[in-house]
Amino acid sequence: MIKAEWFYWLVGLIFLVMAVQMAADRSNPKRFGTGAFWGLIGAGFIYSSWVVTKQAPAEPLGVAVLAMACLAGFGFTGRGTPRTTTTEQRVASAAKLGNRLFIPALTIPVVAMACAIGVKHLSFGGEPVLEEGSETILGLGIGAVVALAVGMIILREKRISVPVQSGRSMLEAMGWAMLLPQMLATLGAIFQVSGVGDQVGKLTTSVLPKDSLYIAVVVYCVGMFAFTMIMGNAFAAFPVMTAAVGWPVLVGHFDGNAPAVLAIGMLAGFCGTLVTPMAANFNIVPAALLELKDQYGPIKAQLPTAGVLLGCNIVIMALFAF
Amino acid sequence: MIVLLGVLVVVIGFATKRNPLLVVGVAGIATGLLGGLSPGKVLAAFGNGFAGSRAVTIFAITLPVIGLLERYGLQEQARNLIARFAKLTTGRFLALYLGLRQIGAAVGLTNVFGHAQTVRPLAVPMAEGAAERKYGQLPHRTREKVRSFSASADNVGLFFGEDVFLAVGSILLITGFVNTTYGTHLEPLQLALWAIPTAVCAFVVHGWRLLRLDRQLERELLTAHVHDTAVVEAAK
Repeated sequence: MIKAEWFYWLVGLIFLVMAVQMAADRSNPKRFGTGAFWGLIGAGFIYSSWVVTKQAPAEPLGVAVLAMACLAGFGFTGRGTPRTTTTEQRVASAAKLGNRLFIPALTIPVVAMACAIGVKHLSFGGEPVLEEGSETILGLGIGAVVALAVGMIILREKRISVPVQSGRSMLEAMGWAMLLPQMLATLGAIFQVSGVGDQVGKLTTSVLPKDSLYIAVVVYCVGMFAFTMIMGNAFAAFPVMTAAVGWPVLVGHFDGNAPAVLAIGMLAGFCGTLVTPMAANFNIVPAALLELKDQYGPIKAQLPTAGVLLGCNIVIMALFAF
Repeated sequence: MIVLLGVLVVVIGFATKRNPLLVVGVAGIATGLLGGLSPGKVLAAFGNGFAGSRAVTIFAITLPVIGLLERYGLQEQARNLIARFAKLTTGRFLALYLGLRQIGAAVGLTNVFGHAQTVRPLAVPMAEGAAERKYGQLPHRTREKVRSFSASADNVGLFFGEDVFLAVGSILLITGFVNTTYGTHLEPLQLALWAIPTAVCAFVVHGWRLLRLDRQLERELLTAHVHDTAVVEAAK
């Protein structure tokens, strides 16, 4: 069976190799801090396997995570000058290779699709080939590895150091943004165990008038929207708002159609995901990846759509769920 | 109530544009301690959180191959390819991308597209290429706008496509939470059907905004060019 953990180890290993390259890169004025940051992430990726199975304590990893946050947060990381091709070389290379360049790029989605649809159902010796529940992640991982092999062959590139260096300069460009989604997931978990959700639920229930259906619908949808913005994740907002308003008031008191109320409530939360920097992997990371000067660029592009769709959700729920 | 101070830390941190990693770190420590966790428990929470959320970072595995292809001119070739389709403007191309992303997510292919593997190497050069064919070199501000809208097409498509698919995380979260908490029996299919009206709205609203982007670009770039010519005239 192919396990998701193998790919976490591979990612960890790649980060570790890149960390060594970063520390040795004299064109980066902050090379040791940068190397330490990515080295800790890489080591953390591998160590995590035993934390997940509870065979190793999580506290040392927590210390490492806070150390990473300090390294990046206090400006100890930087980026070197990437060793890459010039625009002229790229134009010439594109003219020579033509559409063959797309083959490796398309290999990733094709393999991911094949894994999600086909290989998912295959088993070998009574065991599924892909670890259950991780098929899409495995598809992406296998797709990337196969695409790299295909790419090296098509481009006649023999040095494995070339893709590693290219990937490293993309990582350096992303910098701290890379760690933020995982930090936010952690924050969500801490909010959960500390009872932030219960408090927000109590606040909502105390201000909600019990007799107006339409106000209750608006409170549920806007509450999902606002709480998702704060938590960065509709999954964290859903149990809170549903326990406070969605189930007892909308489904219980007003006799709403439960699947409609809950599905549309979750989608109202997704509108919040579009407009919050807390949903870093959708909004801040792409800004870094696309080398935008304004890290809120994607949020600004999404803001009007999110507002209109929040309204749509409220209307759809009010019209069809009761 | 006092645990809500952690939420306040986050809001103030982002409002004053502190480094997000530090904001989140401080908010996590403060909330944990105020919520009655011991310092050791707070550290363990950070460790467990990192270990449990590695999946969001796994896209890094695609960076070496994307970097390799970019080195050999993938973005340039994406521009060349789009240049052959004269009718495909920036807005039309992005609306098409939005539709494909939504359909893909709706049939469960959430990892087939994405910012690292499709938006940066393919969608952005194509969207920019379509505008460049018409207007020539884009000013920096316009380039930022096209890139922001490319990222938005991917996000909107993913969010409002995936809930139509039964086995996606959010649908399973809803059924899992409600069925265990309230002892009912909801089927994922009922929920997925109710995601369709919003999915249609999302395509219409964001698709319309993407198509309108063409007119915005035209206005911005024509005035930019007029301005340039005026400067040149004045220099004479």
